[in-house]
Amino acid sequence: MIEFADVTKDYLDQRVLGPVSGTIAEGGITSLVGPNGAGKSTLLTIMGRLLQPTSGDVSVAGLDVRSTRSDVLAKKLSILRQENHFTARLTVRDLVGFGRFPYSKGRLGPEDHVRIDEAIAFLNLEEFQGRFLDELSGGQKQRAYVAMVLAQDTDYVLLDEPLNNLDMKHSVLMMRQLRRAADELGKTIVLIIHDINFAAAYSDRIVALRDGRIAAAGTVEEIMQDDVLSTIFDTPCTVHHVGGHPTAVYHR
Amino acid sequence: MSRTSPSTVAEATTTSAGPGAPGEVAPSGPAPRARRRTLTPGVRLALVSVVVVVASACFLLLFIRGGFEFVIERRATMLGAMVVAAFTQGVATVLFHTVTNNRILTPSIMGFDSLYTLMQTLMVVVFGGEVLARTEGLPKVIAQTLLMVAFATLLYRWLFSGRFGNLYVLLLVGVVFGMAFSSVSTFLQRLLSPTDYDLLSTRLFGRMSNVDADYLPFAAVVCVAVGVVVWRRRFRLDALTLGRDTATNLGIDHQRELTIMLMLVALLISMSTALVGPMTFFGFVVATLAYRVTGSHKHQFVLPMAFLLGLATLVVGQFVLQHVFYAAGLLTVIIEFVGGIVFLFLLLRKGAL
Repeated sequence: MIEFADVTKDYLDQRVLGPVSGTIAEGGITSLVGPNGAGKSTLLTIMGRLLQPTSGDVSVAGLDVRSTRSDVLAKKLSILRQENHFTARLTVRDLVGFGRFPYSKGRLGPEDHVRIDEAIAFLNLEEFQGRFLDELSGGQKQRAYVAMVLAQDTDYVLLDEPLNNLDMKHSVLMMRQLRRAADELGKTIVLIIHDINFAAAYSDRIVALRDGRIAAAGTVEEIMQDDVLSTIFDTPCTVHHVGGHPTAVYHR
Repeated sequence: MSRTSPSTVAEATTTSAGPGAPGEVAPSGPAPRARRRTLTPGVRLALVSVVVVVASACFLLLFIRGGFEFVIERRATMLGAMVVAAFTQGVATVLFHTVTNNRILTPSIMGFDSLYTLMQTLMVVVFGGEVLARTEGLPKVIAQTLLMVAFATLLYRWLFSGRFGNLYVLLLVGVVFGMAFSSVSTFLQRLLSPTDYDLLSTRLFGRMSNVDADYLPFAAVVCVAVGVVVWRRRFRLDALTLGRDTATNLGIDHQRELTIMLMLVALLISMSTALVGPMTFFGFVVATLAYRVTGSHKHQFVLPMAFLLGLATLVVGQFVLQHVFYAAGLLTVIIEFVGGIVFLFLLLRKGAL
């Protein structure tokens, strides 16, 4: 369980987040949605201890994120940001191997190679594993980053816009793979997602932010309501059930 | 100096664009599809080592005129200075690139060379030209080194107190400090008498050829100590290449590692500057070459490679200048000239930092 209490973040006098409090339940996929500048990334990076909150506390599986040693936390929680560019030239396998760093401290053992192989297979990257990242398409690169995070083998996985740069096909594949990670590997996955319909189709729960506050939180059915969505996104939305799935229409 | 054999290796590897060999850990599973044959990083290191050894032997033993012992002793001292310069500049630049996540900016941008220049200028202004000659000695080198590391520590402490929390601000402040120091130096130099200025200017370029042998043991001890610390952290350095966020995600205390590494860089650069004078682009050239030649991102290969390439460059360059062009004193000037051009070329080609 991820718990956050009275978390705020200010830049100079500008408050960008909070105060927000809440919990993210164990297991399954929780999506953070909301308009631009709602504070989604800020909240996610604070949960992942990449950003210090101005005030408030975050704990992951009972460990206080601020006071727990970073290398202890790295075996519990992994986070992938939206922008990743590395100065060194790495192959896919090198990159995924870095996911084992919390355990191997850089010296990869047989156990680590098994996990690396699993993560590579899980994201169907076998044929690319010897390639350099700069030789890959955006979608393949994105999968390699996610493979690194999976090789880290943490109970909690935080992903900032994993569908960034992915086309329709690869978005669906990525979400299916994340769904499998949650269902088969029992991981708790928190992700930021822009397309509300993707969030509705693959998540267990949705947390909606707006103006730095939590506007709504609940199951997919609870959030996928005309009035709730219209308020969150400040855009008239109607929810239809297409093939049994709630689908928001907001294009006109 | 660009004709040394390492640089031809560099061209060979960049054009082949090989897989860079997956390091010492061969992937299990199906092997990546066959590529053009490349050398493993270990073999490449061995090849460059051979070049260094041969070049050093030639430098020490060939074309001896006059007393054998006198010449050997003089050349051995020079070789020692080159080893120190290559180690400090090469290692410091690679470390700096790793922790700042860029491969363009060099430690000298943080204002070390200008601080050295300013200190030397101030000494001449305050005490007069002869003082420089009289105060040569180990205590002076140690004092200068400590002063520069202290300066760096204060600056980093202040900048990393969370006030900025941004590396680019730090770099910008470094540039501004450097400019301020050199402006003050230039101003003070205008006030000097021609004789004093002449005495000063001999100190403001690398002095590979007239290093005092007494400094070398001190420098060697510092190099070995830093080398041990860095070697123990080589895997952490690999992870630091991924940037602050990814390194933190992997469990690295980024702030701590950054501070330690910047301190080491400060120590190395200040010692090198105090010993052989300012060299702005040498480290940059050596590190840039090392990234291309090594064929691996791993610091256990990149760091020794940077050191060896630096040494090869210096020894071969000095040898050629001494015996072909009879211009032994010009080595650092030429390295700075070529290095500056390479720097500008890469800066313009990348278009950004």
